[in-house]
Amino acid sequence: MPEHRVVLRNCGKIDPTDIASWLAVGGFQGLDRARSELTPEAVIGEVKASGLRGRGGAGFPTGLKWELTRKSPGDERYVICNADEGELGTFKDRYILERDPFTLVEGIAIACYAVGARHAFLYVRDEYGDLLDHLHRTISAAEAERPLGCSIHIREAAGAYVCGEESALMESIERKRGEPRYRPPFPPSKGLWGQPTVIQNVETMMNVPTILREGPEWFANLGTAQSKGTKVFSLSGDVSRPAVFEVPMGTPLREVVEQMAGARSVKMVQVGGASGRVVPYERIDAPLAFESILGAGAIIVYDDSRDAVEVGLRTMEFFLEECCGKCSPCRQGTEALVEILEGLVHGRGRERDLTLLQDIAENMMLASLCGLGQAAPNYLVDTLQSFRNEYLARLAA
Amino acid sequence: MESVALVDLVERYRQNGDLLSLLKSVQRRCGGLDRDTTAQLAEQIGLPVSELYGVITFYAFLSPRPLGRNVIRVCRCLPCTNRDSQTVLGTIKEELGIGPGETTVDRRFTLQMVNCIGACDVTPSMMVNEKRYGNLTPARVAQVLGSYL
Repeated sequence: MPEHRVVLRNCGKIDPTDIASWLAVGGFQGLDRARSELTPEAVIGEVKASGLRGRGGAGFPTGLKWELTRKSPGDERYVICNADEGELGTFKDRYILERDPFTLVEGIAIACYAVGARHAFLYVRDEYGDLLDHLHRTISAAEAERPLGCSIHIREAAGAYVCGEESALMESIERKRGEPRYRPPFPPSKGLWGQPTVIQNVETMMNVPTILREGPEWFANLGTAQSKGTKVFSLSGDVSRPAVFEVPMGTPLREVVEQMAGARSVKMVQVGGASGRVVPYERIDAPLAFESILGAGAIIVYDDSRDAVEVGLRTMEFFLEECCGKCSPCRQGTEALVEILEGLVHGRGRERDLTLLQDIAENMMLASLCGLGQAAPNYLVDTLQSFRNEYLARLAA
Repeated sequence: MESVALVDLVERYRQNGDLLSLLKSVQRRCGGLDRDTTAQLAEQIGLPVSELYGVITFYAFLSPRPLGRNVIRVCRCLPCTNRDSQTVLGTIKEELGIGPGETTVDRRFTLQMVNCIGACDVTPSMMVNEKRYGNLTPARVAQVLGSYL
């Protein structure tokens, strides 16, 4: 299967600083159709019928989220677009924001119309501070062309991985430390400032105008039974062509890793970045889909020269640094895991270490408050299975 | 520390409510968010100092310690580490004589290690202030640093 561009269809084809070039390729057609031909409920109906699911990793059905938000009682409703991609190995949202920010604005405006929101927030990671002026200009240009029906406010993050987690992100917009909330309640009933809130990843929003323009059936024809449409991936690591690729859902991992990114002598692939699952080479034909393996879009490739235990240590150090400290399973778990892995890497490994790693990992997955702590041990759990020999080899004699 | 006028920044915050943006602007202007600056700011925007300090210490890009005029942030994540980000650090040490967490004597540069900066397609990478630099070689690092001298 070759690359199939739906989300990225305009990237490289339009001038991202000139709205006329975007209008010429169908810009605003989705929003115009939504507002002139459809009620908000009918827009939600089309998004539901398309089968679109959130691209941030969890895969919650987008239309259902919108419906819940619209029906929840509240004084105000909010739409948030999460452009805080902080996962290791991801740069696809940057690619989109740089090359086709107009479609994103259109998607946000459609979401606002559907759920009845007057204000939307675009939360952009601090590492993309160089894109802020560009995004402000994009919003102004779009507003000058059409009434958007909502005000889109840009919010800059300040370098915290956990703020990509939806409830932490909302805390951050509310001027607090970006610590995740206890849930329920979930954002569709009580989100930003306690009001019903839709929060979507950049890539999810990018799909919305196309669904409205081409129709839900068109979209539902792409992909697999449970994963409709396409998926955008950022490929990095030991590949000869690190870049952004978009393929239909269900495409085998091998095609993306070997054919598109040009990887050789693959040992393992982290699908979903540091928090993603590890696919050893023997299983590289796995299809990329919600029902198989997907993540938020970061694919990091490791070749034969890499050591599974050392990669594990670096991965856990990342989570230790980014853990917010609110809940103890994650705060103490990440620290304990790093300590044990350091011991293994520096020749101080003991027999019981592997059992400890497994126990701590399982407890974190079960008891952590948010997705960070629940997913942090994924790498360890997977490699303790697939590359157990490398851990065993690290045990002191 | 001499107090720096923050009226315009506070005024903008009162309009847009964007606290992180305010803190970053103050940090740029004052070279960090030290105790006095934080206290002065807390009073002006009507937040407890403790709450503001809590926010400042939570985010990697906000610093309660003084910063150099330019902040270098070298990515230490796996895609960059596996493409020799060590050499980038080595070159910075050679050129400026500072390691991670340190500031040059002339306060021109502070060096920090950060997690993923979204430049995994052009590893190894770093940021200087808001700008990203990728595909770094020792020569390229020296050239970039030179442009901030």
